[in-house]
Amino acid sequence: MARRLFASPYALVGAIVLVVILLPLILTGNFYLRVAALVYINAIAVIGLNLLMGYAGQVSLGHAGFFGIGAYAVALGPTTLGFPVWLSLVTGAAFSGLLAFVVGRPILRLRGHYLAVATLGLGLLIWMVFNNQSELTGGPNGMQVPRLMLFGWRAVGPIIWYWISGATLVFCSWIALNLINSPTGRAFRAIHDSEIASRVLGIDIARYKLLVFVLSAVYAAIAGSYFSLFDGFVTPDTAGFLRSIEFVVMAVLGGLGSILGSIVGAALLVVLPQALTVFHEYEEIVLGLIMIVFMIFLPGGIVPSLLARWRWRTA
Amino acid sequence: MSGLLTIENVGISFGGIQALFGISLDIRAGEIFAVIGPNGAGKTTLFNIISGVCPPQQGRVLLEGCDVTGLPPHQLARLGLSRTFQNLQIFFRMSAIENVMVGRHIHEERNVLAHMLALPSVRRQNRQTRETAGGLLALVGLSDLADTPAGSLSYGALKRLEIARAVAGEPKILLLDEPAAGCNPVETEEIDEVIKTISGRGITVVLVEHDMRLVMKISNRIHVLDHGTTLAQGDAATVRSNPAVIAAYLGNRGTQHSAVG
Repeated sequence: MARRLFASPYALVGAIVLVVILLPLILTGNFYLRVAALVYINAIAVIGLNLLMGYAGQVSLGHAGFFGIGAYAVALGPTTLGFPVWLSLVTGAAFSGLLAFVVGRPILRLRGHYLAVATLGLGLLIWMVFNNQSELTGGPNGMQVPRLMLFGWRAVGPIIWYWISGATLVFCSWIALNLINSPTGRAFRAIHDSEIASRVLGIDIARYKLLVFVLSAVYAAIAGSYFSLFDGFVTPDTAGFLRSIEFVVMAVLGGLGSILGSIVGAALLVVLPQALTVFHEYEEIVLGLIMIVFMIFLPGGIVPSLLARWRWRTA
Repeated sequence: MSGLLTIENVGISFGGIQALFGISLDIRAGEIFAVIGPNGAGKTTLFNIISGVCPPQQGRVLLEGCDVTGLPPHQLARLGLSRTFQNLQIFFRMSAIENVMVGRHIHEERNVLAHMLALPSVRRQNRQTRETAGGLLALVGLSDLADTPAGSLSYGALKRLEIARAVAGEPKILLLDEPAAGCNPVETEEIDEVIKTISGRGITVVLVEHDMRLVMKISNRIHVLDHGTTLAQGDAATVRSNPAVIAAYLGNRGTQHSAVG
């Protein structure tokens, strides 16, 4: 019974809702809420990336590019186009999806390492645009981001962003879980395991690869918009290569093909550097060691590996 | 009156090696049609051409009288053509029943927005798909293993799973590429039963197979290929007594090279 409940996708959405609601009761104080909001924002991007990598099996090393598009959209929309912030966010997500659609058509024909390199190039190109268009973006110095106005209120501070990002994370998880448990999600997973078998069963693989690429780009752009609105400032590093790698690490460490894994991975990589500051200059070394140990002992990612062990024990 | 699937003068070469020379076939609705031949005769290449995996360089493929030459596999699936593979192409990270559910893809509503929101119609359809898939697993004797990850099924079970998955699309014509390859006699017997059941459902079956006992037992007609050309065609008795077929299988004294040494 407990197993059935745990296996249901909606149990997971319920669990996320509970955590989002209960966490502020345990972790009071702005610092913790700030860290939690950052976890949620990163998790949104990682869930999108996990749909692409973990479910459909298509790698992307340039997802920070889409994250950056969302981040700069809310900065540039109000200042240059006079859009309200919310409309800039929507436009950024739409533009990110459109770019993924246009670029995805040619590059999703590539597989494995070749696709990885192509997406890496795409990410670098986007970063370069933000870095070099100084008169618009302020170049490497970055630019100020206008505050989001919600019903006449300025959305500033960790508390309000905790709730906005938490609610969005719940919504994005719900959408992702719905999709996974639909014919579309089965098509994604089928393509991951055998493209040829998917094709002869009537799955238009080009369409589904493009669909999941666009979707993951939209998830990343929304997360990026939240990130820069929360921070109030955006620099080209938001779209940088290191962040792309960070997203991939979050997805892989937490567990490819697992929505919960995406959140756990994001939490680990946001919280650990904060917790490891006690090691001072050795911080990076300890972080690297922890990642290696996790991958050795939980090679399928944290969540899938633990679930498999638990099932094996209860079986 | 032409048949369900007609192949006219199909030929293809790979890097200067002619794999098929002007092959013509006419497969009638409802029959079990076997393509046999020694290794390298071009059987799987012929299947790849029919199923759209690799388009032919010469000739045409007609499905119910319509020219379908060069159509991609996913469109052919929609027109009622499905297949299995010699080397298993199973979705190993999915459970047995999920594999068969993927086979229902062309009969499912594909509105992505509805899928994202899990509308009641999508849930209802999911239940229907699972039910149909469950029935097909029963057909191939895998009901007990429905929720088992495909990766942990036995070889014989996977062979039957692949057939169930192909049948899930309700094809008019099903191509089975060596359904009994690597199976022990008991498993071959099971596959034999499954093929007869499928045929009994009105699905035309075309199979490539090395197990001669299986082929002779269940096929209505047999087509023999060797070195990319047609050697013979007819019912089991005709083919068995054809001298050219015997030569191709057992070797011909005049052309046989010494295998000693």
